[in-house]
Amino acid sequence: MLLSGAEIIMECLLREGVDVMFGYPGGAILPTYDAMTKYPQIHHVLVRHEQGASHMADGYARATGKVGVCIATSGPGATNLVTGLATAMMDSVPVVAITGQVGRAAIGTDAFQETDVTGVTLPVTKHNYLVTDIHELAYVIKEAFHIARTGRPGPVLIDIPKDVQNEKIEFVYPEGEIRLPGYQPPNAANDDDVRRAIQLINQAERPIILAGHGILMSGAVGELRELVERAQIPVALTLLGKGAMPEDHPLVLGMMGMHGHAATNYAIQESDLLIALGMRFDDRVTGNLKTYAVNAKKIHIDIDPSELNKNVKVDVGIAGDLRTVLTQILPGVEAQQHQTWLNRIRDWQEDANERDILHTYDGTGMIAAQVINDLWKYTDGEAITVTDVGQHQMLEAQYYPHRRPATLLTSGGLGTMGFGLPAAIGAKFGRPDEEVWAIVGDGGFQMTLCELATAAQENVNVNIAIINNGFLGMVRQWQEIFYEQRYQSTPMFNPDFCKLAEAYGIPSKRVTERAQIQEAVEFARRIDGPVLIEFVVVKEDMVFPMVPAGADLDKMIRRPKPTERKK
Amino acid sequence: MSECESTKQTVVALVENKPGVLNRVASLFRRRNYNVDSLTVGRTQKPHISRMTIVVDTKRANVQQIVENLRKLVNVIDVRHISNEPHISRDLALIKVRTNDADSYNQVTEICERYPARIVDMGSKVAIVEVTASESVVEEVIEKLRPIGIVELVRTGVVAMGRGTRIHDTQYEPTFGVPVNGTSNNGVLI
Repeated sequence: MLLSGAEIIMECLLREGVDVMFGYPGGAILPTYDAMTKYPQIHHVLVRHEQGASHMADGYARATGKVGVCIATSGPGATNLVTGLATAMMDSVPVVAITGQVGRAAIGTDAFQETDVTGVTLPVTKHNYLVTDIHELAYVIKEAFHIARTGRPGPVLIDIPKDVQNEKIEFVYPEGEIRLPGYQPPNAANDDDVRRAIQLINQAERPIILAGHGILMSGAVGELRELVERAQIPVALTLLGKGAMPEDHPLVLGMMGMHGHAATNYAIQESDLLIALGMRFDDRVTGNLKTYAVNAKKIHIDIDPSELNKNVKVDVGIAGDLRTVLTQILPGVEAQQHQTWLNRIRDWQEDANERDILHTYDGTGMIAAQVINDLWKYTDGEAITVTDVGQHQMLEAQYYPHRRPATLLTSGGLGTMGFGLPAAIGAKFGRPDEEVWAIVGDGGFQMTLCELATAAQENVNVNIAIINNGFLGMVRQWQEIFYEQRYQSTPMFNPDFCKLAEAYGIPSKRVTERAQIQEAVEFARRIDGPVLIEFVVVKEDMVFPMVPAGADLDKMIRRPKPTERKK
Repeated sequence: MSECESTKQTVVALVENKPGVLNRVASLFRRRNYNVDSLTVGRTQKPHISRMTIVVDTKRANVQQIVENLRKLVNVIDVRHISNEPHISRDLALIKVRTNDADSYNQVTEICERYPARIVDMGSKVAIVEVTASESVVEEVIEKLRPIGIVELVRTGVVAMGRGTRIHDTQYEPTFGVPVNGTSNNGVLI
């Protein structure tokens, strides 16, 4: 079959099971857009900015576990993808980005809309390609999907010159194995490491599991639960690990780290064994490394060997697929109780409960924690929530407990404001049967609000909750605590968000009191298509507990107990 | 000297001979804030495989991290931390020295007799000395020549090879673009 490069791209995408891609056309990618007309099986979603395309592909991938695909033209189209690629890279999300490039003869001449895209994206992709020979094209696409989804997943970019898209060859799909001599992700652990890990687990008196994104990506949810329940080990979750265990499970302590639950952080600091599963000891999780869990032995299991001993020196470091390795370890793990340890944690939790702002708040205006907790209540805790970055994100992690994997999608590593809305659109395409909420702040929302048009054009059934405090809230919080309340460049002028929605033909409601939340949530759930709800909350609220950057994990700034406040 | 040697570690990487691979390795070292002492790259007996010898200063990062991060690069086929095993390492320097009087000429000749060095170009005012030896011996020669008057100096950086029959090689044969004469299919070396 004589096919053009553009048609080969589409053929290869079909064979990878791609059913939707997010993109924006332009000169150097036009041959591929023209080829799309012959492949109606793949739905193309026209975004309003290429950053939105990369976040949508990311949201699709996080929601489904499949590879998300975005596509853009050369030059500015490609550079606009960069933030989304960096986001996917930091959170190990499988994305394939296809970019047009100027014709081969023009490469290196500073041609119109030419950028060295493979150069620009080198540090923010797992791998990238510039395809200069059409005979390699199908192999490259096949490799790219393989690299994106296997091992530690990540984004892969394929840059394809316009004349390669136009060139025609006799097309034969490369069946058979992919041959990548330098790419062999680890799988199983060696027997010695397994034995040592089992020994530590069976001997521990105050063990704690740190469950990360790797649990979800390797599909080790069942194995984790078996380990937790048999050995009665409490589980702390990273932000991206939420969903690894149902948060209403008695052994699940919730999020750890800078804005984690106090009980969780105390438990980590006092434990005698950390079992770190598919997480990478990010600085937001550990606080001061010198004082981090100093009395604990440490087991670290991660698919990426370069994560072992990177931030925290461990006693047993295993590079492997979590599900495989846990399956190796489980047979040796003895049933245990750890009652004293669990009671100690209960005490911390009860103390934290007394300080919880949901119970202690006596102010007049609505606060974000109430909005998020009510959203949890009125969506039965079952929605896929996609957050932006900042206070609302941390409050989501604290006040919207998730029961199932891949139901909280959030930019953890890069902390990308503007992620929420486009990623939610992508997630809805991937999981059309699920209720999807974008929970965003007034700041981050305005970074990518152009994608309201995409949501409207595609009639994507995504609900948008804007938590509006008129501030860049988290930055303001730092300014309040660390910069003596000098609110430089954090108060925001905002548009009328409901009128804005109206301009796009999107139904909306403004909520200013807690009593209105339920009705507004139900309004949003009734409507098929995008809906925007603006929640106007008090301006100067804080997220606690808070570990100041670089402080010891158990040196948290906490809310006082009501009894302490009265003194 | 021993203190200096203890932080310098030699890593050998077999990489695909493809455009951009050197850039990927260099970018990794820059991004991770690793301190490269020297990096050499050249062809091997197989046209599709290049070999890098990288000397890193491990004051800031441990060598295992560096090795694992190199292994993560898709085009890097195999990495060995060669400082851990018996190996031969060589550095080559070309040193242009002022030899405009008999005394300095004699001193240079004398140094060349005592070290694995030789004069490869002789003019009326300057001579070029070539020295091929381990890095520390090359440094010694440079220090000996320095008082005479070095006017120009270039070094290749260290290349290294494990001793004995533990062969560092790969069976990999590429599907595409088997390069001819050490260049890849579109004519760009590394």
